[in-house]
Amino acid sequence: MLENIDLSLVNWSRAQFALTALYHWLFVPLTLGLSFILVIMETKYFRTGSEVWKKITRFWMKLFGINFAIGVSTGIILEFQFGTNWSNYSWFVGDIFGAPLAIEGILAFFMESTFIAVMFFGWGKVSKRFHLVSTWLVAIGASLSALWILVAGAWMENPVGMVFNPETARNEMNNFWEVLTNPVAIDKFFHTVTSGFVLASLFVIAISAWFILKNREKDMALKSIKVAAVFGFFASVVLIFTGDTSARTLAKVQPVKFAAMEAHYAGENNAGLTVIGFLKDVGELDGFTEKKVVAKIEIPSLLSIMTNGSKNSYVPGIKDFVYGNEEHNILSAEEKMRRGREARDLLFSYKEAKKTGNEVLADELKIKFDDAEFQQDCFKYFGYAFLDKPGDIVPNVPIVFYSFHIMVALGFLFILIQILAWFYSYRNNLDTKKWFLRLAIFILPLAYVAQETGWIVTELGRQPWVIQDLMPVSIAVSHVSSATVQLTFWLFTILFTALLVAEISIMKRQIQNGPKIEEE
Amino acid sequence: MYLAISHAFLQEYWWFIVSLLGSLLVFLMFVQGGQSFIFTLAGDESEKTMIINAMGRKWEFTFTTLVTFGGALFASFPLFYATSFGGAYWVWMAILFSFVIQAVAYEYRSRPGNVLGKRTFEIFLFLNGALSPLLIGIVVGTFFTGANFSINDMNFGKWESPWYGLEAVLNLRNLSLGITVLFLSRLLGLMYIVNTIDDVELDAKARKRSVINSVNFLAGFLFFVISLLVSEGFAVNPDTGEVFMEKFKYLHNFLATPLVLIIFLIGTLLVLYGLYRMIFTGKKDPIWFGGAGTVMVVLALFLVAGYNNTSFYPSVFDLGSSLTIRNASSSLYTLKTMMWVSFIIPVVLVYIWYAWRAINRKPIDRTEIEEQGEGHIY
Repeated sequence: MLENIDLSLVNWSRAQFALTALYHWLFVPLTLGLSFILVIMETKYFRTGSEVWKKITRFWMKLFGINFAIGVSTGIILEFQFGTNWSNYSWFVGDIFGAPLAIEGILAFFMESTFIAVMFFGWGKVSKRFHLVSTWLVAIGASLSALWILVAGAWMENPVGMVFNPETARNEMNNFWEVLTNPVAIDKFFHTVTSGFVLASLFVIAISAWFILKNREKDMALKSIKVAAVFGFFASVVLIFTGDTSARTLAKVQPVKFAAMEAHYAGENNAGLTVIGFLKDVGELDGFTEKKVVAKIEIPSLLSIMTNGSKNSYVPGIKDFVYGNEEHNILSAEEKMRRGREARDLLFSYKEAKKTGNEVLADELKIKFDDAEFQQDCFKYFGYAFLDKPGDIVPNVPIVFYSFHIMVALGFLFILIQILAWFYSYRNNLDTKKWFLRLAIFILPLAYVAQETGWIVTELGRQPWVIQDLMPVSIAVSHVSSATVQLTFWLFTILFTALLVAEISIMKRQIQNGPKIEEE
Repeated sequence: MYLAISHAFLQEYWWFIVSLLGSLLVFLMFVQGGQSFIFTLAGDESEKTMIINAMGRKWEFTFTTLVTFGGALFASFPLFYATSFGGAYWVWMAILFSFVIQAVAYEYRSRPGNVLGKRTFEIFLFLNGALSPLLIGIVVGTFFTGANFSINDMNFGKWESPWYGLEAVLNLRNLSLGITVLFLSRLLGLMYIVNTIDDVELDAKARKRSVINSVNFLAGFLFFVISLLVSEGFAVNPDTGEVFMEKFKYLHNFLATPLVLIIFLIGTLLVLYGLYRMIFTGKKDPIWFGGAGTVMVVLALFLVAGYNNTSFYPSVFDLGSSLTIRNASSSLYTLKTMMWVSFIIPVVLVYIWYAWRAINRKPIDRTEIEEQGEGHIY
């Protein structure tokens, strides 16, 4: 497919995608969650007619607008970057991947953009009911948008509902329902959206806590905290549950990523779950470094139970996937590479036969290609043909391991904060708990850390694959020069950083001004 | 559910949908056109704020249409998406950068605590207003003039110019379409200003400014259309898929598809009538004629680029690599699935219309801008 892979181009293209995704992901979770918090607040205004709830809704809506704008701004690059920087990928899977993106535009983006205009500009111009419906539709639109992009993303991690067509040299969709109900997509959607709800809840709690500490807008702040705490608590429960189901699904469809999350190198029965620990190098193996978790706190057998529902079950480790494990029916990476090369060579032979006009041979090869056994035994590992060595299948374990554990630990901390916020709100003594209010403010940056580490686990954990087992990142890139991508990388870095600084500064001032002062 | 629809029909159907989205995008670029006037049309801060707020309440429609246009191209013609975006890198990146800076500019421009300053975001709006219509016009121009790429037997594209798309700017015909779209968007922006802002002075200035912009637009449009009709085009042999040059190809396409020709002619007349009402009457409605005409003209141009056995994205480097709606499309299954989704588009248009009317019921005026009231002012 690609004769000469320019690693510098691959790395800069990855860096650019990571940069834009990480920036984009700073803003999307708040949009997802705050939109539903606005829904709750405005519904209260609609039902009670209370001007207090209107003021509260409008204050948070202003902050929503500031965050939303930069989320949109960073998002447009992501969609088009599949084409600009990953054009081989775009062709190889465009028949499947493009559909959710188009549906996202038609179903979700238009809903969001149409009704957000009513939400912002409709006060006093449309009826209260129409305004409330618009706010609801913005929130639904935002989540629908997340659904479709996550369906697309999940397909990359667990490609289903398609068949490879050697004629066009691409994967083609043959079952849309399977793509939509991909178990990874379902887990990913609920986990991602509820993580956004949790972040928004912590955002509202932190800013409200600041108002209470400053002895300003106490009524608004206390009411906001109550809404955010209850909303956030239920979101956290779903988040933890979907985190668990996500891990189970990962163990099946992305077992190396799953093993990397736990730095689980050697497979074992009664595998324990690491709660906390540090990685130490053990030694160099074939193209990757083995590590050991030291100074760890571990819950015995829990990893086996979580993965397979039984404490005696075997949880394979990274070395099983590199070297294979006959007893547990795990093929080695070397064997998968051999099978992948067989599939690739058959494709090349087919293309050569077509090129030379040898239709008889082409037909014979196509029959072989379409054979279900060949698909299962060889084509399934097509992407392995492009790897250099078995160790290439191992992602960066330390980054994935630490990111995963930081994310999980913070997730449990957040639910504690929400419970306390709810409890003190219920007891009507929140304003006397200065230590808690300060803690709530301190927690907010950690909510963003949790979001970004979650993203890192997802994206770095799946390396080297852009499409699991079918296409490594290295052959997915566009044929542009490395210098070109370097230049756009730095332009994005400067632009997004400048916009982030502006956003934080505007957000800070808007919060300081509170709900009363609109303009300087 | 089994539905006996051919792949060929769906390829044409999806080319129509993509063309419709493209034509709606050009119409909605009245937002960009309006932005390009913020430094030159507004006499004072209130006028500038009125223009920015008039456009600012609609910018997301344009933005969303662009994103959906891209998504629809990806889903229906992935080989175009992969080849053009991955090759004409700099042109697409310039377009995208201009939209990145637009998206934040409205919301942040007048906010307290804006460390980059109001002027920075106004420059962002101006840059987006001037650059994006010009560059989008130039890119669409390559649909008729060709681009420098090759496709290998695995259908992976490679750009064959070190300028990665910037070379398209130097083609006079591409440039003429870029200039046409730029001045058309400016005219539509002026039409939208007189329609939605209730201000006598701004109204008069907008109408006066329409004259010179009409001259520029018509010059570009006439040059492009005449050169299109007399030029060679990229024809496709429907039996073999071979691409070859054909004299007067696009003229032939218009004549072979009379309905498209009628759409083009009516659209042109509507745009001209809109300009007449803008310049010679005091009516507030030119945007409706100009807007409808724009959609029809652009739709017709997209259709002649892809229908009647024509390569819609020809390669001047290697004719055999040229893209047609046959070889660049998604599979039958995907196009059929997407067809069901496309049936939702009329519903989307209806709610957009409803929400648009609700917001535009009361025109923007100085009182609203200066007193702020309940509104969300940019």
